[in-house]
Parts: sequence; structure tokens; C-alpha cells
Amino acid sequence: MDLTYTEEEEAFRAGLRTWLSRALPQLPPRPDPLDWPGRRAYDTTWQRMLYDAGYAGLHWPEEAGGRGATPTQHLIFLEETERAGAPYVGANFVGLLHAGPTIAAEGTPEQRARWLPPVLRGDEIWCQGFSEPDAGSDLAALRTRAVRDGDDYVVTGSKIWTSHAEVADWCELLVRTEPVSESVPKHRGITWLAMPMDAPGITVRPLRTLAGSTEFAEVFLDEVRVPAAHRVGAENDGWRVTMVTLSFERGTAFVGEVVACRRTLAELAAAAKANGRWDDATVRRQLGSLNAEFTALWRLTQWNVSAAGRGGGVPGVGGSVFKLRYSHARQELYDTAARVLGPDCLDLDRDWTLDRLSSLSYTIAAGTSQIQRNIVAERILGLPKGR
Amino acid sequence: MDFQLAEEQRALKSGMRELLAARFDRDALRAAVDRPAVDRALWRALGEAGFFALRLSEKEGGVGLGLPEAALLFEEAGRALLPGPLVATHLAAREVPGAATGETVVTRVDGPLVAWLDQADLVQGDAVDATPIRSLDPLTPLHRTTGTRTDAPHEAVLLTAAEQLGSAARTTELAVQHARQRAQFGQAVGAFQAVKHLCADMLVRTEVARAAVYAAAVTGDPYEIAGAKLLADEAAVRCARDCLQVHGGMGFTWEADVHLHLKRAWVRSEQWQSAEQAAEALAAAL
Ligand SMILES: Cc1cc2nc3c(=O)[nH]c(=O)nc-3n(C[C@H](O)[C@H](O)[C@H](O)COP(=O)(O)OP(=O)(O)OC[C@H]3O[C@@H](n4cnc5c(N)ncnc54)[C@H](O)[C@@H]3O)c2cc1C
Repeated sequence: MDLTYTEEEEAFRAGLRTWLSRALPQLPPRPDPLDWPGRRAYDTTWQRMLYDAGYAGLHWPEEAGGRGATPTQHLIFLEETERAGAPYVGANFVGLLHAGPTIAAEGTPEQRARWLPPVLRGDEIWCQGFSEPDAGSDLAALRTRAVRDGDDYVVTGSKIWTSHAEVADWCELLVRTEPVSESVPKHRGITWLAMPMDAPGITVRPLRTLAGSTEFAEVFLDEVRVPAAHRVGAENDGWRVTMVTLSFERGTAFVGEVVACRRTLAELAAAAKANGRWDDATVRRQLGSLNAEFTALWRLTQWNVSAAGRGGGVPGVGGSVFKLRYSHARQELYDTAARVLGPDCLDLDRDWTLDRLSSLSYTIAAGTSQIQRNIVAERILGLPKGR
Repeated sequence: MDFQLAEEQRALKSGMRELLAARFDRDALRAAVDRPAVDRALWRALGEAGFFALRLSEKEGGVGLGLPEAALLFEEAGRALLPGPLVATHLAAREVPGAATGETVVTRVDGPLVAWLDQADLVQGDAVDATPIRSLDPLTPLHRTTGTRTDAPHEAVLLTAAEQLGSAARTTELAVQHARQRAQFGQAVGAFQAVKHLCADMLVRTEVARAAVYAAAVTGDPYEIAGAKLLADEAAVRCARDCLQVHGGMGFTWEADVHLHLKRAWVRSEQWQSAEQAAEALAAAL
């Protein structure tokens, strides 16, 4: 068990720190969090800066245009960018963290050449069209149909909760290419497609979140033509490809945020000291135990990353263990903030308030806590599948 | 950075598990419940295996290993519910003759409590006014003293946390085993989501505690150690409770081992550093 970083890793960290200290002041002002076109522009500008400095797609394999960095270097990257207050991946989330890695792992050489460089440069952003109105947790129950017509698939159906669909160029889309029947169980007959968001027949209807923003949308698909060449993996083999996507989504997606939570906790302690709530032993101890919580979650991250480093890169189900605890801890953090800050936590102009609202999605998005528990129980503990 | 067990650490841990399986199996455990006493022969076997002398240098007749290795051994001890003042004796290995080899059993006054007073060869601290209480845990005889809680050595806190971790991992395992075997309504109870989710939460608690305990053992940082104790106490207590629940009526019997884990977890939660002390230490670090 070694928690010290090698000389090489420390050198990488030092280089990154220096670069961050020069790069961050050059960023344009942060956009209004409710302004998605503004956020897209901001996030992709940042991505371009990373690309020019050689930090784009750090954890991607070199054949895919990445730096082939070790999981530990990726961790250092997330730690340092958070610590420096750099922008979060934001609009680049899907492309960089799961569509890209999926194409890198499962795509043809032509597909990699077409889609990966623009993701790394910040030229194109992706959204995720998995969930449907009647297929959320039960993702394989999806009904959006794709029928082969010459060189195209003709897609009809609808998707929901599609984050930043309004501003995306591409969508990682799951479709049904074979109807469910006695001989075709629902997990078969699914295909993974890359759909251009400007194709005729696509209507995006923004949905308003409880935070008042429109960060996700409903996407209606009316005979949208998607070239068959945009299929990743074989026809009807999409469920397997999806599992690859989900392992990336659940495995690494929240890692950097733990660092942010530790910073937020320190700010909260400072606020409590300033407004006198620190004198309340219950509040103080609650802050202390959150300190234990986020420190442990950071250590668990290092543990998982080290395990992935030994196991060859694809994150394992350890991501579900992490996500379960983290999503609840994050919500507890903001509940404690409300105790410390009192009425200030009702003011929508305070960052705390908006962050508290957004933390409510963490136990739902990317698989609800209940679904994560099923995964932990069945895939790690080997308990029988059931109802 | 490679935050995973090294090959030698893995071997050390499995060696300890084998030793305990051979010398302190379930029959021995239940015999100890009926007649709690420090098993001197076992204590010496632990001494021979380096359990107490682990962190002494080879010059001092020790093994020359560190806190991480000690934590791994104490995790195994916690898993097996090994009784006796293990932490106090381990801590005394340098200064008390015979402690390192397991010849001398050492206990220590820990705030208002002292464990194994009648069985120990040596008591550290003031136990003059100690009066026996009927201990909740059949495997830990306790005396009350007039002392108050003081700051315990960090190593004691950490090694106790490691024992709690071992206990949490064990009750998780016991619950999962039972959930796979026990059938109701025509299927294994582990197929019911209500049961499955209890088990999943047990694993999550255990793994978070594991990361905290191992990391604290590596850094030796007092704040991280406090966090490890807080999380490991919680994991041990709550996993034992959930394990009891998963066992149904069987869980409420003297016959099942679950209560032994829960009672010991409660005792350890009161030892060396309380939850309040840990939380205050962690708050002070903010
Ligand atoms: C902020 C946000 C962003 C999102 N972004 C995207 C996106 O970009 N692309 C995308 O495709 N999707 C996205 N999602 C969708 C998300 O993946 C789904 O909301 C989630 O998987 C849950 O599905 P559902 O909403 O249909 O809820 P349901 O599946 O209807 O769940 C309702 C309740 O039932 C419980 N439940 C369901 N099945 C089970 C079961 N087997 N066992 C126990 N309990 C169960 C759930 O835990 C939940 O409590 C996003 C969601 C949010 C909140």
C-alpha cells in the first residue's frame, strides 16, 4: 500500500500546476449556469485550451488520440484541476467520459478517426440518448425503433432526460433493431448508434429542472435517417457496448468532484466559524464527520484507481460502491450547509442554494441508488437475481 | 501511487487468517464465550507469529514492519472475534518484558474502563478503584474506574478501527452466506430486494471503512486515524445489526455468532476514542 506519488507523477503534477496557474486567468468570465449555449462555448473553450496544452483525453489510449496516461495521472489531473478551481468537464461530459471511451474501445479505425479528434479539441459535443419515458432504470425496455433502409437506419421514437441535447452535435443513441419476442429477449435486439443532432426529423424540447434550468430535454425522433456506418459494434449487439459505456460512466465520472466537496466543506466550516454556528457541538461534529466521509471517499477513489491500474484500465463495479456513498454524502453536505447558513440557504442567488438543488440528482442520474444496490448485491456479492 | 496490498502484505494477512482458523476456530470461540479467559498458549502462538512484536525493529527482537501491516493483522483478529487485550499488549511490546513474545498479557486503563483486568499480568494506568461490571460482551470482561477519558495513543485508535473493519467484513460475509442459503416464498431470501439492498449497504460501509483504515495506517495522520475510527465503528455496529436482521429469528439467538460481533463492536466503539472525540478532532482539522 503506497500513497506516495512517484517522482514522475510529481513532475506531472508540477507541470500541470504551472500550466493551470497561467491558463486559468485567460478564461472568459463564467456564464450564467442557466445559459446552455453560453456554457457550451465556455466549456469547449476550456477543452480547446487543454487540447493545445496536451492535456486533452489524458486517460484515453494513444491510438485514440489520448495521452495514454496512467489512472494515477488521470487522478492527479482531476485533483489539480478541481483544486485550482478549473471548469468542470460540463458540456463535454458525455463525449469525454463515456461516448469517446466507448468509441475508442469498440469503434472501427474510421469511426475513431471521425469522432474522437473533435471531442478532444472541443469542436463537437455529445449527448446521451439512452433513457426513454418508459425505459429508465429498465434501460433495456427501450422502444425507439430503427429500421434498416438501404445504407441507413430510419429511427422513430423518443428519448428523455437527455442532458444538454439542445447544444449537442452528436448523440450516443440506443435503438431497438429487433422487436422483443419469445425468441428475442429485451437485452438482445439493441443497437448503439451515433446520431447527428442536426438530422431532419429531430425535435428537442427542453425540460425545466427543479433548479429552474433547462439542462436536459426530451428528444423526439421522427423517421430520422442515421447512416449504418454510424453503428458502433454489431447490429443487435448494442447491449454489450452499452455495458462498456456504463462502466465508464459509473466508474470515473464523479471522481473529481470529491475534491470539490472537500473544498466546499472547508468553506462551510469557515462560514460556521464566522456566524457562530461553530459553537453548536452538534453542528460542529456533523462537519467533523463529513470531513471523515469525504476524506474516506477520496481514499476509496485512490483505492479503486489503483485497482484499475493493476487490472488493465476499464473501471470495475467499484464505481457503484463509490457512487452510492458519494451521492448520499453530497446531499448530506448541503443539508448540513442549510443548518449552518440558515435562511441564506433559501436565497437562489447563493451558489449554495443552486448546488443543493443540483445535488438532488446525484442519487438518480447514471443509475438510481436502488439500481446501484442491485448491481453491488448481484455482481459483487453474488446474490441471486430476483424481483 | 499504488494503493493496494503488496504481495507480502497479502501473504501476512492470509497467514494470520490461517493461524486463527487453526488455533481459534468456531469451537474455540464458543468455548471462550462459555468461559472467557486469555488462552495463554494461543497468546504465545500470536507472539511467535509476530503479532505483538511486529512494529519493533529487528534489533529489538521484532519484525520491523509498520502500522499498515499491524492494521492488517488486527483486521484478521477482529474478523475472528479474537478475545483479549490485544491492542494494549501490542502497544506495550517495547517497554514491558514478555509482551512482545506473548508471555506477558498487558491491559491498560482506557478512560473510565479497563478490559481483562483480572486476567492481565500487568495493568498500565491507575486501576486502584476498579470495580467489575457485568459486561455486555461475553468475550470482554470489563471494570469501571473513576478515571475520565483521555487522549489515547493514535496507534491504539487505529488498531481498534482495524478490528472493527474485520468485524464489519465478517458480518457482511455472514449475511450474504445466509441470504443465499435461506429460502422463503420458494426462493433464496437474497433474491428479495429488501434483503439484497441491506447486504449492498453493508458492503459499501465496509469498503469505505477499509479505504479509511488502510489509508490512515499508511499516513499515520491523527486526523485520518480519527476518521477511520469513526467510520469503522459505524461500519462494525451497523453491519452487525443488519446481519442480525438478515438472519431473522435465528439472528436473535445466543447460538448465532451475530450478537457477539455486535456486542464487541459496541465495546470497541467506547474504547480508545469515542465518536464524539473523533468528530471533534475532525472538526478541529477543518
Ligand atoms: C440530472 C439528470 C440528468 C440525466 N441525464 C441523462 C442523459 O443525458 N441521458 C440519458 O439517457 N438519461 C439521463 N438521465 C436519466 C437517468 O439515467 C434516469 O432518470 C435514471 O436512470 C432513472 O430512470 P427513471 O427516471 O425512468 O426512473 P424509474 O426507472 O422510473 O425509477 C423510479 C423509481 O423506481 C425505482 N426503481 C426502478 N427500478 C427499480 C428496481 N429494479 N429496483 C428498485 N427500485 C427500482 C428507482 O430507484 C426510482 O426510485 C438523467 C437524469 C437526471 C436526473
